[in-house]
Amino acid sequence: MANLQETISAKFPEATFGEGEILPVNIPDAKLHDLVKWLRDEQKFDFLVTIVGMDWVSSMGCVYYLNSTTTGQYISIRTETTDRDNPMLHSIADLYHIAGIYEREVYDFYGIIFVNNPDMRRLFLNIDWVGYPLRKDYDATPEINPVSVENERQTDHTDVWEERPDGTIKHSRPRIFAEDDFVVNIGPQHPSTHGVLRFRTALDGETIKKIDVYMGYIHRGVEKLCEDLTYPQTLHFMDRLDYFSAHNYHHGLCLAIEKAAGIEVPRRAQVIRVMMDELSRIASHCLFIGTFCMDLGATTMLFYALRVREQILDIMDKTCGARMTFNYACIGGVMQDLAPDFVQDVQALLDTIDRNYKEYNKLFTGNVIAQNRLCNVGVLSHDDAISYGITGPSGRASGWACDVRKTHPYAVYNELDFEQVIRTEGDSMARFRNRVDELLQSKHILEQLLTMLPEGDYCAKVPKVLKLPQGHWFQVVEGCRGVFGVYIESNGTTKPFRLKLATPSLPAAAVVDHITSGQKIADLITIGGSMDYIVPDMDR
Amino acid sequence: MKQVTAQGLPYDAWKDNEYIENLVEKLRESGTNVLVGTFDKLINWGRSNSLWPLTFATSCCGIEFVSLGAARFDMARFGWEVARSSPRQADFMMVAGTIVHRMVPVFRRLYDQLAEPKYVIACGSCAISGGPFRKSYHVAKGIDDIVPVDVYCPGCPPRPEAMIYAIMQLSRKVKVERFFGGVNRKESRKEFLAAHPICENAEANID
Repeated sequence: MANLQETISAKFPEATFGEGEILPVNIPDAKLHDLVKWLRDEQKFDFLVTIVGMDWVSSMGCVYYLNSTTTGQYISIRTETTDRDNPMLHSIADLYHIAGIYEREVYDFYGIIFVNNPDMRRLFLNIDWVGYPLRKDYDATPEINPVSVENERQTDHTDVWEERPDGTIKHSRPRIFAEDDFVVNIGPQHPSTHGVLRFRTALDGETIKKIDVYMGYIHRGVEKLCEDLTYPQTLHFMDRLDYFSAHNYHHGLCLAIEKAAGIEVPRRAQVIRVMMDELSRIASHCLFIGTFCMDLGATTMLFYALRVREQILDIMDKTCGARMTFNYACIGGVMQDLAPDFVQDVQALLDTIDRNYKEYNKLFTGNVIAQNRLCNVGVLSHDDAISYGITGPSGRASGWACDVRKTHPYAVYNELDFEQVIRTEGDSMARFRNRVDELLQSKHILEQLLTMLPEGDYCAKVPKVLKLPQGHWFQVVEGCRGVFGVYIESNGTTKPFRLKLATPSLPAAAVVDHITSGQKIADLITIGGSMDYIVPDMDR
Repeated sequence: MKQVTAQGLPYDAWKDNEYIENLVEKLRESGTNVLVGTFDKLINWGRSNSLWPLTFATSCCGIEFVSLGAARFDMARFGWEVARSSPRQADFMMVAGTIVHRMVPVFRRLYDQLAEPKYVIACGSCAISGGPFRKSYHVAKGIDDIVPVDVYCPGCPPRPEAMIYAIMQLSRKVKVERFFGGVNRKESRKEFLAAHPICENAEANID
């Protein structure tokens, strides 16, 4: 790391450095684009993990987290502006495909305008929304932004702020679609969008020209809510983002808080957490198989797949006391010990996985209709997967080994023997088969965990009032759909100053425009289904 | 009409008989023609046993609704399995999940598109009151400000058993309605919609 720091300061003398597990680089806005471009091209930081918008009261800005897919190294870059009335930063949307969407999110929450971003609209909130909700001085009086049954004002134009060579900024309002485009609206109430997501689809006959992904129909403002809650209180929201990866997301936030507070988690708790993660993964993939096949017309697959899921939910129910929204992992360990017959139940479950795996493949994967609808449909190349930040089974279907359990092992994952399921085709079939195959890997992990489940405490002693020291922390875990990142910034109190949740579903929805262009409209359902996004997870 | 029950559940096993008894009382007050009353019974027997839900889910509760449709909880036993994707074919709407500002006009339009007679079940704490997101800047604090609600089903999310109970309560409510000669519930909905009007010229909102 010291090495990288020296190289950066030799090349960019204006950069200053902070202390941290992940090297924090502070750079003035004018040099940001150059630095990121250099990092991407010369230092192979090709994966933009997230952009965290920040309001430090005295200034506003962004924290960029970059990751190198070759070395696995992380780096964080901070840039800020003191202008609160008209804050502007330079965009990096031309360097990473996904950056455009992340910048729109920051603009929506903080009102920071990104110069040279080709599409600077609000992402989640209405165009008439007053104020920027995540700013510290946001006025949350309900009368300012009332609930209204009147239709939301729509626009066909977007905003662009462009920097001219002489340094002046030019504002323009280009159209989103061409003047004579035939635009079909799909969603938000549509059975195949997996929730309330809306696609504005420009069509040329049956061929898709462009899709404008319109989000925010389930934006619940979790990040802002967390700022008013103590750390243990923030945990329960993790169940409600991606409700299939509830355990994994809990695990991620707990790890971040434990890292910050310096809490040692007992080994039994670590093993239990990993077990729950893998059980969720099986349950999640089963539901994916069921709903995905149902979207394609194979309705009975839902019943076969939910059979396994119900068995897992029973196991969870006995230990956590709920079928969903478990709130099981807590800071320092887990809420309560495993139910007495947990091991026996999991064993019974694992015995059925092989049989089910064979059945799913026999019923669906080899089916000629499925083959025709999935193979070579929605191909995502390896480089595009990285640039769009598509992680999880979908990223691995494009040949990108992005499994955090392997690249940055946490809890007891480094002691376990399992393989990343990687395919190189990058089509819908590869994404589907990756998830089916991960059932077996999770089964293999669980078998090992059952034999190594140690006795001991299930939760460490944690102070009743938990204060984190000043600073910032970033933690990634592997959710069921990809990399889930948690960024915590603390100012030394019991509540987070900023809690950013970087979820895998947002890129998965943002990439739909790219991989559907030129495909048939009927394939939109296939492709959207195979990306397996969860709408509350992307909207948060 | 004596003791109103549905799906063969004994009358004493229901939790809120008082509410239904009040409805029955109202019916009696207005008086019923014997012939019309018999037709009502027949129609309502059919309606209450084939309530078709709208496939409408915004978040977590929707997944439990999927479980409800699958083999284990099997809502087909009660005649509710025909989940329709179009509001024009559905009888009731199970509002499973949070309703946020941006969703409100869409949700209200879906409700307006449902064909009469129509019903709403507020499923889960978010739909009832905003739930854990009540303090959020972008969440509606309960759907009963937007549409009239027939049954509230608490939980976060409610277990499928609770959802079954909620729909059973709805079918019980359907049983005490008058179908011919004026639906006794219709007036209150008219009042509600008069108090919560919707924008007349939607076209004006297009930029």
